[in-house]
Amino acid sequence: MAISKQQSNRLKKYATLIRRHIIDETFHAASGHPGGSLSCSDIMAVLYFNEMRLDPQNPAWEDRDRFVLSKGHCAPALYAALAEKGFFPREDLITFRHIDSYLEGHPNMRTVPGVDMSTGSLGQGISAAVGMAIAGKLDKKDYRVYTLLGDGEIQEGQVWESCMAAAHYKLDNLVAILDYNGLQIDGKITEVLSPEPIEEKFTAFGWKVISINGHDYSQIIDGLAEAKRSKGKPTMIIARTTKGKGVSFMENAAGWHGTAPDREQRDKAMSELDEVLAKLEVE
Amino acid sequence: MVRKIATREGYGNALAEFGGDKRIVVMDSDLSKSTKTDTFKKKYPERFFNMGIAEASMMSVAAGIATCGKVVFASSFAVFASGRAFDQVRNSICYPELNVKIGASHAGITVGEDGGTHQSIEDIAIMRALPNMVVISPADAVEARHAVKAAIEYDGPVYLRLGRLAVPVIFDEDSYSFELGKGITLSEGKDVAIIATGLMVNTALEAKELLEKEGISARIINIHTIKPIDSDIILKAAKETGAIVTAEEHSIIGGLGSAVAEVLGQNFPVPLKMVGVEDRFGKSGKPDKLLEMYGLTASNILSKAKEAIKMKR
Repeated sequence: MAISKQQSNRLKKYATLIRRHIIDETFHAASGHPGGSLSCSDIMAVLYFNEMRLDPQNPAWEDRDRFVLSKGHCAPALYAALAEKGFFPREDLITFRHIDSYLEGHPNMRTVPGVDMSTGSLGQGISAAVGMAIAGKLDKKDYRVYTLLGDGEIQEGQVWESCMAAAHYKLDNLVAILDYNGLQIDGKITEVLSPEPIEEKFTAFGWKVISINGHDYSQIIDGLAEAKRSKGKPTMIIARTTKGKGVSFMENAAGWHGTAPDREQRDKAMSELDEVLAKLEVE
Repeated sequence: MVRKIATREGYGNALAEFGGDKRIVVMDSDLSKSTKTDTFKKKYPERFFNMGIAEASMMSVAAGIATCGKVVFASSFAVFASGRAFDQVRNSICYPELNVKIGASHAGITVGEDGGTHQSIEDIAIMRALPNMVVISPADAVEARHAVKAAIEYDGPVYLRLGRLAVPVIFDEDSYSFELGKGITLSEGKDVAIIATGLMVNTALEAKELLEKEGISARIINIHTIKPIDSDIILKAAKETGAIVTAEEHSIIGGLGSAVAEVLGQNFPVPLKMVGVEDRFGKSGKPDKLLEMYGLTASNILSKAKEAIKMKR
């Protein structure tokens, strides 16, 4: 279903703000993971500004939808979304990874308001999300559980253990999204250790599989809506993305997986992103 | 005739006994008949989840359930719970300090015939090195029951070390009281203190009788909580007896002996001898024969006690 220009622009604005924060967070930290954070920014914008039931004033609200960033190294994207949503001040974002900051290098549920699970060791987040979905079923709650995985992350065996469990326990309140940008630290996922064919694997594991373009808001929204309609099984949304999306010189470059921009690169990235925002203003 | 019950039986029965608390969720990884979580499963099937032979997944799923206000018991053999799923216990459970209790059965060499691959001799060392983790090693089924109750009442990660072998029941259910982090002096003595955990507590009591025959008065201390360790009871024993022997069904590297050495070395050094598995893997055999082969006996405690006493200045 096509979405209105207004809705699309609103999400584009949030995604661009998230991207700006990612650049600033990693620049001020002089470390961190911009590439994979940028690739999932549009998905994060839809989740936090269109999809999830949340109350920034009450982060521990029992009936809230849950989100687990299984690819925990993309904390800059999560923190940016949480700050824009109002869970904590935007100004704090530039303290990311600093010794006196609560914004740990990887998401910490004990220090960061709005973080539902501490993650960072790959493969564990999706399992925790399975646990939250099981708890939701036990308590007969109607909240939904979302988790975002990296494509390299699915090389972890634990992902498949938990996928088996999610299908076995018919967790239709669980949606996993795969940020399928094709790159991991050492290069192309197909060259490092191919997880292909990905769609067929998740289908064989008993999941409903939906393939989308992870930068197309209407496709993301439709995918999430289709997941909601699906009963009796969990949903995996395979979102094809571009690593480094939105910053020209970071796009499709594995080198930007875990490298922070220097001042010049930061300024260049910011001017590109500001241009996007300016265009949205005109529209 | 001494009544013998395995601590895993005490664990399973306690889960069923206290399972009326709807916050409690029990998980297993295809070992429910061995870990005894099936006792809970029969009573509360809706709150039991078998995660299959997937310990890593089980630990992180348990953590996720715990974020939703549940008290989750996740069970497997100690060797897998602490070893195979270590990273999950570390990062999904201990780092976020979630309310997951790990019921780790078949600890130590008394697993018996299954042999070295299945005999956990390093789990105390691994688990007590983790920040936020509480490590409990009950001596009998009565203590195991109380340990489960204490674990439910405590908000945070707990590692419960349980045995396969039926061991003598040494505590009286009516008079026993369990306080997390507090050791129990089972009998007074002035020449040496034997500090034991798990099934070696009973062995220490046997050793006391052997020592008495040689005119040596031994104090016997049961350490059910290895972390946080009861420094007070250890230092009091060191000051009053001047010599310590530790006894555990675990490697002498990193276990109870090491925990006691850390307390003594930093506060009040006295001669210390350790009875435990001496840096080698277990093997197949009958549990009682293995205990003999590995020196986990009253007679070995006796000789180590005499050595420790000789080292006093």
